[in-house]
Amino acid sequence: MKIMNCPLNGPRNIQEFVWIGDVKRTPDPSCTDREWTDYLFIEDNLAGEVDEWWVHAPSNNWFIARRNRLTDEILWTKSPAEYFADHAP
Amino acid sequence: MPFALLKYGLNPRHRDAPQFRWHPELKRNYDIVIIGAGGHGLATAYYLASRHGITNIAVLDKAWMGGGNTARNTTIIRANYLTPEGVAFYKESVELFRGLSEELDINIMYSERGHFTLAHTDAAMRTARWRAEVNKHLGVDSEVIDADEVARLCPVMNVSDKVRYPILGALYHPPGALARHDAVAWGYAKGAMARGVEVHPGTEVTGILKEGDRAVGVETTRGTIYAGKVMQAVAGSSSRVSALAGFRLPIKTIPLQACVSEPVKPILDQIVVSGSLHVYISQSARGEMVMGGATDPYGLYSARSTLDFKEGLMAHMLELFPFMAELRVLRQWAGLADMTPDFSPIMGLTPIRGYYVDSGWGTWGFKATPVCGFRMAECVATGRQPDLLKPFALDRFHSFDLVGEKGAASVGH
Ligand SMILES: Cc1cc2nc3c(=O)[nH]c(=O)nc-3n(C[C@H](O)[C@H](O)[C@H](O)COP(=O)(O)OP(=O)(O)OC[C@H]3O[C@@H](n4cnc5c(N)ncnc54)[C@H](O)[C@@H]3O)c2cc1C
Repeated sequence: MKIMNCPLNGPRNIQEFVWIGDVKRTPDPSCTDREWTDYLFIEDNLAGEVDEWWVHAPSNNWFIARRNRLTDEILWTKSPAEYFADHAP
Repeated sequence: MPFALLKYGLNPRHRDAPQFRWHPELKRNYDIVIIGAGGHGLATAYYLASRHGITNIAVLDKAWMGGGNTARNTTIIRANYLTPEGVAFYKESVELFRGLSEELDINIMYSERGHFTLAHTDAAMRTARWRAEVNKHLGVDSEVIDADEVARLCPVMNVSDKVRYPILGALYHPPGALARHDAVAWGYAKGAMARGVEVHPGTEVTGILKEGDRAVGVETTRGTIYAGKVMQAVAGSSSRVSALAGFRLPIKTIPLQACVSEPVKPILDQIVVSGSLHVYISQSARGEMVMGGATDPYGLYSARSTLDFKEGLMAHMLELFPFMAELRVLRQWAGLADMTPDFSPIMGLTPIRGYYVDSGWGTWGFKATPVCGFRMAECVATGRQPDLLKPFALDRFHSFDLVGEKGAASVGH
């Protein structure tokens, strides 16, 4: 069983979590259609370390995890408040 | 004739034609370089050589021939998709598959079994009716049947209502088939190599050479190769290779797992899929129960196996087929699926001139190997997007023209 550390609930079975995807900057609404469809559909799909949104489903708690997509390691998890204090949105 | 055969059999000097004609040396120049020697890359090379007379082609693979998802899939072939674009496309593939043993002179063990998509909810019955109507309209044999008919056709299935998710009915697709995946890849390789195409295993592409917005060759672990045209067919590595060419794809790479049981005597004729339970099963010609489900819950570039997958699968499998409780799992494995937002592939022209893409095959691309090879060959040879591939072009994501196949493709097969 793989364990993920929820910033709110502590270590839990990974089956309790839902993978959402890369942390991305939402484009300004005045952007072009091309920029908007890029944001919606196109992926970096990086094979390496990536910051991602996850949800702990039972408590609907959204947070950010850094994961290595080559080795299946979870490096850390942070609440959005903590994460965006370091990474201006 | 029997006499000639006897004479041939007694003659000690048979000419033993080699299966594959290898070319150890890599040339500096080819008309076409294909990245990825899976079924798709090899089929494209075969049809370029046999239908378009282009034979100065190199098919490069970082590992070995046909060892990617082509070797890992559960070989289900069907045309009962949901969108008219999808049904027309997969129908052509089924037609090509039916004649493939003859065409390639290799026994691909094509075996039509009949394919059930079980429905356990009213919503699933609605999708089944929708698919049946689209299929029939386009000449694909599909119908909705009730639970009694499911029990009559497949007596080993548990259709009782004393289970968590009783079966209400099914979409029944009689042409649903299985084939020997390795033979498909080897057959295309053999036919292409006999016509002069070179296949180079152990040759990883590490860069795409460009002049302005045109691709002119590739960098590899065995040196630089120039090419008139370049095509990528690398499944789970699609985003990594397209990044080398300088563009991004709407793809997430997610593992898809499968497993087989120990072999037993023939007991299950059909291919059985449940969209609601996210499981599918068939019995191979060797007698193994071949089982799979949906993709893993998160993206990853590692083909590792998990216990979670087996647990989730078996809980439902035992409800559908109680006799399976006596079987042991023999092998479990995974492949890297290139998943698109609409569960449809991405084929054809790219923002780079002379560079073609075949990707987004996710969990459903084995069945498309022949049509994909046939139509990608046409695309690369003519430099134009064939009509059948127009709905699957990369630029559909920028015009919101998605081809939504989730209803027919979300269980990985
Ligand atoms: C468990 C599982 C079950 C499946 N079940 C079904 C099914 O029942 N029915 C169905 O239709 N489909 C199924 N699929 C999907 C199907 O297997 C694939 O869509 C299909 O085989 C893709 O073929 P391909 O030739 O494009 O890719 P592959 O066979 O994966 O070939 C790609 C090749 O590219 C090579 N490559 C990658 N990067 C590079 C590089 N940089 N340089 C050189 N070479 C490179 C790889 O080594 C590989 O050999 C399943 C997949 C999996 C994983």
